[in-house]
Amino acid sequence: MTETIGYISITIGVLFDLLGCVGLVRLPDIYNRLQAATKCVTLGTCMILIGVLFVMGVGSAGMRALICALFILLTSPVAAHILARAAHRYGIRLWDGSVVDEYAKVHRKQQSSE
Amino acid sequence: MIFQLTSFWPYMFMLVLLFSGFLCLYRIAKGPTVPDRTVAIDILGTLMVGFCAMLTLIKGQSFYMNIAITWALLSFIGTIALAKYLEGRDFDD
Repeated sequence: MTETIGYISITIGVLFDLLGCVGLVRLPDIYNRLQAATKCVTLGTCMILIGVLFVMGVGSAGMRALICALFILLTSPVAAHILARAAHRYGIRLWDGSVVDEYAKVHRKQQSSE
Repeated sequence: MIFQLTSFWPYMFMLVLLFSGFLCLYRIAKGPTVPDRTVAIDILGTLMVGFCAMLTLIKGQSFYMNIAITWALLSFIGTIALAKYLEGRDFDD
């Protein structure tokens, strides 16, 4: 029973990984790509690791999978945020279809106050 | 039933993860700007963590999860370093 739950979880995770990478190829802009790829792949890999925890049971492999899932859940949004900020300050322009850029106003205000 | 699950499906999951990795490699090769390539490298590291988890399922040994944890840590540090380099500031800022 727990093995079946684990394999269902791993299947969902692998599908999320695949969708995230398709979004990484298909979307037009660095920011759109970052959003699709990071959200889908983080959730997908965490689902894979939780599935490994279900399949292998609470042993050495399962607890390591849980620790790895917590680590990815903590660090991947931080990496995505810092990459988006670095891309904006590097001077990458938004896609033409984007409608609002709030960070440009904040960044200009910060520069003028400095 | 259980035997078929454990012998067949992890290889299929590994094939799907390999296909996703090839999509990331396409973005690394083609990506027009440097942050695109950085995002693709970060995602490739996260995919490799899932790949090591599949190896754990196939082999039934737990030390592949050590490789997964180390890979996640190194991918995070590398992404932070590349982002700070792109931003053009120091590391203590």
